[in-house]
Amino acid sequence: MIKLFENIGRYFMLMGKVFSRPEKISIYRRRIWFEIEALGFNSISLTAIISAFIGAVVALQMAITLESPFIPQFMIGYATREVMVLEFSSTVVALILAGKVGSNIASEIGTMRITEQIDALEIMGVNSASYLILPKVVATVIFVPLLTLFSIFVGIVGGYAIAYLTGIMLPGDYVEGLFYCFEPFSITYALVKGAVFAFIITSISAYCGYYAKGNSLEVGRASTRAVVAGSITIMIFDLILTQIMRV
Amino acid sequence: MIRADHISKTFDGREVLKDISVEFDTGKTNLIIGRSGSGKTVLLKSLVGLHEVDKGLIFFDDTCYTKLGFRERKEIRKDIGMIFQVGALLDSSTVRENVRLPLDLFTEMTEGEKRDRVNFCLERVRLQGADHLYPSELSGGMVKRVAIARAIVLNPRYLFCDEPNSGLDPQTSVVIDNLIHDITKEFNITTIINTHDMNSVMEIGEKIVYIHEGHKWWEGTKDDILLSDNPELNDFVFASAMAKRAKSVAR
Repeated sequence: MIKLFENIGRYFMLMGKVFSRPEKISIYRRRIWFEIEALGFNSISLTAIISAFIGAVVALQMAITLESPFIPQFMIGYATREVMVLEFSSTVVALILAGKVGSNIASEIGTMRITEQIDALEIMGVNSASYLILPKVVATVIFVPLLTLFSIFVGIVGGYAIAYLTGIMLPGDYVEGLFYCFEPFSITYALVKGAVFAFIITSISAYCGYYAKGNSLEVGRASTRAVVAGSITIMIFDLILTQIMRV
Repeated sequence: MIRADHISKTFDGREVLKDISVEFDTGKTNLIIGRSGSGKTVLLKSLVGLHEVDKGLIFFDDTCYTKLGFRERKEIRKDIGMIFQVGALLDSSTVRENVRLPLDLFTEMTEGEKRDRVNFCLERVRLQGADHLYPSELSGGMVKRVAIARAIVLNPRYLFCDEPNSGLDPQTSVVIDNLIHDITKEFNITTIINTHDMNSVMEIGEKIVYIHEGHKWWEGTKDDILLSDNPELNDFVFASAMAKRAKSVAR
């Protein structure tokens, strides 16, 4: 328990360093673009594949489960949209990114720690925490909500494709369901969740890497810790945000 | 000048540095020598501020570095260059980007001025043609030379080197030693090198401090070493048969 509080305290101290005044804005701007490409663009294909399949599976499951003369067919489109917007595209994509991006950040920064690259930056007078972590945080907080929107779109298209290809329902009914009782705030809700989860993934994995000690084995352990701690924290905040922003 | 005044450092209850007082002179190649685990790397990292000392004070010329806050230390750190044992180049940056980084962050130079300065530093370490390569594409000696170029790019007043020859062949070691020594003289830098390479001691050591079990055990010049009667120092320096013969010849 003491270790947990120690880690939380160190995490907030690190965040204090991360959000202190940057050395030169232009350098950070360049690094943010680099990180958007490295962490964001490189996650598009994975997000697209998973979202398309999940959208298709959700539509298929709904069609099987809601097979009743008393339930209108457009409910399949409605349910698919709700699943994608409210939960899948923000939370599940965040969990997937916690694995991909989180382990990447923890191992990158952890390797820099054990090979003294972080010490070298500190000796130069660079705020290493801010220089290494802030661009990653900003890049993911900007990009993950966009990725969430993209995932919603691809998932819904996946559902439409399965409806069209298998003939389990009329594609027109599916589209009608997509617009049924649509609450625009649910998109805002998904975007806010995406941004919060992006911050959690990046900051926790950067924290795990930044305080890695020892050798390459420790970098591996830091990477695993980052994924586990990031995933659990995402689930806790999913619950909190759902309660606060009930749609 | 860099001065340590009665500094001590403890890790997990184990005292690694024990009441060390030492002064390193400007314009000289100062060497810290000692066995593995004697505390010389901790001493170097404490001097540079990577470890906070538990007791004692560290002075950079007239400024008490130990008592400075984060922002004031940052100003002094711009005057410090450091060469790490493994080079510590940024893996995701090319040689040119590595050397240029301090200029990007701390100067208002134009693009042309930065290019000229980087070219000058790379020429100084004889690496003109390697500016587009990444650290993973360099040999051990080249990595050390890039680290030297990066360390001197801001015209530092203090240069710290943590085992600059480790992992290098004897010939490349001599090249690196001479490069550091020449740069020290050329720019009148206070250079502190942490080493257990006796060739370095005999080649470039002007002031030598021997650390033994966390204590400053001995200090003097390379000529003094040959004539010293300090048993621990002799055990360390003249461990090899060849070195013992050299000592007897010198005597």
